[in-house]
Amino acid sequence: MEKINTGEARVLVKELKNNKYSQLFLSVFKLSACTFGGGFVIIPLMRKRFVEELGWIEEKEMLDLTAIAQSSPGAIAVNASILVGYHVAGIPGALLTVVGTVLPPLIIISVISLFYQAFRDNAIVGMAMSGMLCGVAAVIFDVVLNMAKTVFRQKRILPIAVMLGVFTAVRFFSANIILVILICGVIGAADTCWRRKAAIGSESPSNKSCSREKGHDTK
Amino acid sequence: MIYLELFWSFIQIGLFSIGGGYAAMPLIQNQVVDIHPWLTMAQFADIMTIAEMTPGPIAINSATFVGIQVAGLPGAIIATLGCVFPSCVIVMTLAFIYYRFRGLTVVQGILAGLRPAVIAMIASAGISLLIMAVYGQRSLPADLTGVNIPAAAIFLTAFIVLRKWKPGPLWVMAGSGVAGVLLYSVF
Repeated sequence: MEKINTGEARVLVKELKNNKYSQLFLSVFKLSACTFGGGFVIIPLMRKRFVEELGWIEEKEMLDLTAIAQSSPGAIAVNASILVGYHVAGIPGALLTVVGTVLPPLIIISVISLFYQAFRDNAIVGMAMSGMLCGVAAVIFDVVLNMAKTVFRQKRILPIAVMLGVFTAVRFFSANIILVILICGVIGAADTCWRRKAAIGSESPSNKSCSREKGHDTK
Repeated sequence: MIYLELFWSFIQIGLFSIGGGYAAMPLIQNQVVDIHPWLTMAQFADIMTIAEMTPGPIAINSATFVGIQVAGLPGAIIATLGCVFPSCVIVMTLAFIYYRFRGLTVVQGILAGLRPAVIAMIASAGISLLIMAVYGQRSLPADLTGVNIPAAAIFLTAFIVLRKWKPGPLWVMAGSGVAGVLLYSVF
């Protein structure tokens, strides 16, 4: 009974290959292991794998899942994996994809940490690391500038004021970061609700003022 | 209990880093350098550099690194679990709501409100890293003239190249590494 002959074993391997769960796991594992720079990079790769190659998710649904992944706290790659796993195989699928996404960086960084001290004491590595730190700083400033530009383009005072205010609070007064995030979340929610109300108000025939006229101007 | 402390710290990082990418950076700095004495600012700068060069999200990379430094491999696993725990709960809840109601306006409103704040915080953490890079210490020294000239030169060059030709970050990192080895072995 306990013995498995070679034929059965072969079937088992084949089943494992075609199994939804193992395919799900291997897909996110590979994607996570090859995604440098994190964040948005993984989204197009996931789309290619799950929408085009496997056909598990529809194009439009992938866009919505991306929006949820971006709106949720935590790493976008992890969030997107959870959503894909949940979509394909429910909560077990989601847990499986989380493990698959987290394992590659966990293994890689663990190995690097083992050698970190020896690695860091090496003169050439030290020089390269110092140089690369300047590179990281440059990349971050580039990202910040691009992101800030989108805020300035909205031409609204509130977001710009929030941005400058938060910068001052965090940089010069060491404000509590979590408190700042909570406050700004509330401001954002209130602002959205208020603007939606205003938009609905101006849509109604009795007072179609600013938003409609603006629409005419652009056309 | 160090494991609990690690778990709790990284739960907060996972829970409040909204907006992806570098959004986790100021929170990690806050938790592991400012609140807990787990990493020095120099080590934090190192892990940001390593995270940029290796695959995977910054938060997961840092969780593993900090966990191992503080409490070995179990620490790394616990910190990583803490980091993804809020995502699991919140994302699955949102997915459930999404498939039920097909709308997330309030969530997106909150996100829109957070965006400028997140940008400001990333800028602040970026300035901390730049100070580390060009002065080799945490905060600005009283005497601002003690700039590390090769470091400042690499930063400026990398920044200008990024703005002008928009190469991928990996190329910039590789270039800055090579420039570091060349410049520091000469000066």
